Amino acid sequence: MKNWINAFLLVEIVKGMALTLKYMFFVPRVTINYPYEKGPLSPRFRGEHALRRYPNGEERCIACKLCEAICPAQAITIEAEPRADGSRRTTRYDIDMTKCIYCGLCAEACPVDAIVEGPNFEFSTETREELYYNKDKLLENGDRWEAQIASNLAADAPYR
Amino acid sequence: MPKLKINNIEIEVEPGTSILQAAEQLGFEIPRFCYHDRMSVPANCRMCLVELEGAPKPVASCAMAAGEGMVVHTDSERTKKARKGVMEMLLINHPLDCPICDQGGECDLQDQAMAYGFDRSRYHENKRAVKDKNLGPLIKTVMTRCINCTRCVRFGEEIAGVTELGQLNRGEDAEIGTFVQKAVSTELSGNMIDVCPVGALTSKPYAFNARPWELKKTESVDVMDAVGSNIRVDSRGREVLRILPRLNEEVNEEWISDRTRFAYDGLKKNRLDRPYIRDAKTRKLREATWEEALALVAEKMKTFPSEQMAAFAGDLCDAESMLALKDLMNAFDADRLECRVDGAQFDETQRAGYIFNSSIAGIEEADAILMVGTDIRKEAAIINARIRKTWMEKRIPISLIGEKADLNYPCYHAGKTLQDLEKMVKGHVGKVNAQKPMMIVGMGAFLREDGLHVHGMLRDAAEKLGCIKEDWNGFNILHTAASRVAALEMGFVPHMPFEYDEMSFVYLLGVDDGFVLNRLHPDAFVVYQGHHGDAGAARADVILPGAAYTEKNGIYMNTEGRVQRGRKAVDSPGEAREDWKILRALSEVAGHTLRYDDLAQLRERMVNEFPQFDLLDELAVAEWQPFGLNGKVAGDPLRSPVQNFYITNLITKASGTMQQCSETFHSEDAMYAEAAE
Repeated sequence: MKNWINAFLLVEIVKGMALTLKYMFFVPRVTINYPYEKGPLSPRFRGEHALRRYPNGEERCIACKLCEAICPAQAITIEAEPRADGSRRTTRYDIDMTKCIYCGLCAEACPVDAIVEGPNFEFSTETREELYYNKDKLLENGDRWEAQIASNLAADAPYR
Repeated sequence: MPKLKINNIEIEVEPGTSILQAAEQLGFEIPRFCYHDRMSVPANCRMCLVELEGAPKPVASCAMAAGEGMVVHTDSERTKKARKGVMEMLLINHPLDCPICDQGGECDLQDQAMAYGFDRSRYHENKRAVKDKNLGPLIKTVMTRCINCTRCVRFGEEIAGVTELGQLNRGEDAEIGTFVQKAVSTELSGNMIDVCPVGALTSKPYAFNARPWELKKTESVDVMDAVGSNIRVDSRGREVLRILPRLNEEVNEEWISDRTRFAYDGLKKNRLDRPYIRDAKTRKLREATWEEALALVAEKMKTFPSEQMAAFAGDLCDAESMLALKDLMNAFDADRLECRVDGAQFDETQRAGYIFNSSIAGIEEADAILMVGTDIRKEAAIINARIRKTWMEKRIPISLIGEKADLNYPCYHAGKTLQDLEKMVKGHVGKVNAQKPMMIVGMGAFLREDGLHVHGMLRDAAEKLGCIKEDWNGFNILHTAASRVAALEMGFVPHMPFEYDEMSFVYLLGVDDGFVLNRLHPDAFVVYQGHHGDAGAARADVILPGAAYTEKNGIYMNTEGRVQRGRKAVDSPGEAREDWKILRALSEVAGHTLRYDDLAQLRERMVNEFPQFDLLDELAVAEWQPFGLNGKVAGDPLRSPVQNFYITNLITKASGTMQQCSETFHSEDAMYAEAAE
């Protein structure tokens, strides 16, 4: 009998509409207007790779090849030789982003925090070739995202 | 024979065996840095400490001789604690720059710190830094990494025979250095890189190139001299990145010469990577396809009469390609073959007459050595190291007839000509005290017109000096070409002497020696098959690009007649092919198809006809038979064939590293020699 009354008075509908109205006018919105708005990211977010530099502009990477060795997808290729000043540097640092599984082991392995996975996740391209990153591209990424990468690393440092 | 107990297992060892060696016999690993099997025991790293019952403190097992009734523990708590302490001490001043260190991944200190060390450092004070030393173009130094084990110093003093490195100062200031600012000038210097347990001494040409884990390791044989040193070729992709020694007690122990180790960069330069044909009109070489080149060679082979066709085999050839060339020439009824492209003349009919009869390891049994016409340190640095080892142990008398040589042991220079040898023999007949005297004859003795007479005279001298006994053959020929003995075994020699300038078709298998090239008729049709573009290729009418020794599977016979297999490590550049394949393809085009389609069949054919090639890494004793001619020999002074240790063949000639060494060391040598005269 009670069910009958509820059904005829459309109680469920009214309840549902009330909830809708509540979210429409009284609760702050959760849907965001991507790409003009973006959700929050953890400092540990593993996005697009970048090669970092020291504040004086010197590239951090020392060609130890630990990232190449640990990469489970074998996406990293490095070649190295002594630079004119005798220091150990890469002549080639390639990441095949189509192979990469974004596990972050390269960043873990890096003894000088040179290769990192930055906060950027919007790097889709129209062709495959554009996803074969070379050293220039990675260093450029580093320069572009340095401020955020540095603050992320600092935020995560106490937990390491 | 003392009996002792190690980790509750009893073992009886030879008197004088150290605890470390005894433990090793039982299979217990004891960590060590300064101890090395082939050098004296300084016991200064203290890493090998073990617990000895009854001793108040842990003892250094490398220096403590095993004694009757000792009870040793190699894995007790006390031992572990001692090792941890030592490791912490060693790491106090070590920079821990493993990520930029070339030794990273194959470093004794790294491995042992993982296995026996603490997992963190308690040292917060300043580390010391040591200035790097300039040791020449081969060895890179980062002396801050040095843990003062003194292996390099002992290697220099005991094995290489140069006292250029030493330990200076004491306490915290102790460091390894050169007494005077000077490059380490020994032909074995590369081995210091291997003995260094840390990254203090690393290879300069290989600096920062690769990590050990990314290299493909191929076990092979060296062709830079006739010693046949066992090597490991480390490559990545198509590139040979470094060459390391492989242990073979019979041949090279665990050393290789600098030429063997560092000439590999010559494999990348001046390579022939496609066939060329000399244009009939312009007389210039132009690029060609394989079909074109082979067709032209085949056509020419069919045109000329067989007595005007000759083939020469160069110094770096493998046995398979020489056999294929011989078979091909024989198919055309041509038997004018020659492998002695340096012009050496000797009797090749008796095996005992052209091999190193007493074997390289046999040098250690010798109690007197006479060298004739050889600068052995430059011709075969590894054999020289063995002679030095024997001299260090037994102080045997060593004398030399021929060009004066700079040797690293005392050597009596008995004269320059073969007449001096005759005099010496006359004076010594029946008076030789030595039980196992040894005679080493270099190619320098045969590089002359009357080589056959010289050969007979040397045989005579060997018999008179007592080198030939029932159980001892001390007559040794030292070759300089890696291919030579195999070629002689296969009969790659002419049945009758022939004039080179009467040949109208000449096949050069990697021959660049002026001796042959200068004697060819200007109108002769010359085919050059080889891997480097040099004199031979410049003279050629057709160039067929072949493979270098790291790019093919091949059999080599060293100067002892020991058969060893080289293995393919990398692919040849461009269109170059393995040499026997080129000859097989050519035979098909020329209409005399050789009866083998793959390497296994070719080797089967080789073993069927020459069974000695089946004895892999074994030595067959050659019967002593008469050889050479009797008669007078000319009194010309003997010259050694190798004047510059660093540049002896095509690969070394193309190698930048060898050029640099030659500039640094050879010019220095020449300067001293001039000053001495």
